[in-house]
Amino acid sequence: MFGSILRYSFSFFNDSFKGDSFPFGTLIANILGAFLLGYFTRKMRQKKQLNQNLILFISTGLLGSFTTFSALSLETVILFQSGAYFYAFLYVMISMIGGLAAASIGYFDIRRGGKV
Amino acid sequence: MLLPFLLVGIGGFFGAICRYVVTNVMKRLFLDQKPYGTMAVNLSGSFLLGLLFGLSESNEYNLLLGTGFLGAYTTFSTFKLESIQLFEKKEKNTAILFSLLTYSGGIVLTTIGIIGGKIIKGA
Repeated sequence: MFGSILRYSFSFFNDSFKGDSFPFGTLIANILGAFLLGYFTRKMRQKKQLNQNLILFISTGLLGSFTTFSALSLETVILFQSGAYFYAFLYVMISMIGGLAAASIGYFDIRRGGKV
Repeated sequence: MLLPFLLVGIGGFFGAICRYVVTNVMKRLFLDQKPYGTMAVNLSGSFLLGLLFGLSESNEYNLLLGTGFLGAYTTFSTFKLESIQLFEKKEKNTAILFSLLTYSGGIVLTTIGIIGGKIIKGA
């Protein structure tokens, strides 16, 4: 609930449903959410006492809903249909590589030699 | 003024719960620890969002069901976290396969959804 409202707030960055502009809102929410989920998962692993309900609320609830995949698919198809092939390709590439990079930076602790 | 946020919030509430249920069902069906659940929600959610986009003209429904429900039902953060956890477990090929299937499947299913929605609306 809060995750999706927060994501919706980000959508004011763009007019993705009009099909002629780049969907920055979803992209920023997705990349940021991937980083935060990676970071949160690492922090929780380092803890001795875990509150499973809190983990479920933040991971599955808040950050799971903050990010989205269906809008990414739809926005890609809309860009493609409106002839913005390069933007469609760029959007998928930045999401794919940027998402993995963001999650990795959050998840792997660089100061400990990349170990979790 | 506040109505859009309310619609997105209500949709998101149920979307996240549905994602949790589908993910758990998939975990029981497939016991090999691969992220089938996340792929299942992302692919089915992409199809349904395409369908909604093809069908709907109402902004309220788009906010409630599209941005709210299907936005929260599908997830990007878990998809990426599970991908790098597969890399961590040295299952590079599985990670690449799941990524390619999710992106290409999502785009294909959304397109089928849009066409389906337009056909239903026209009929």
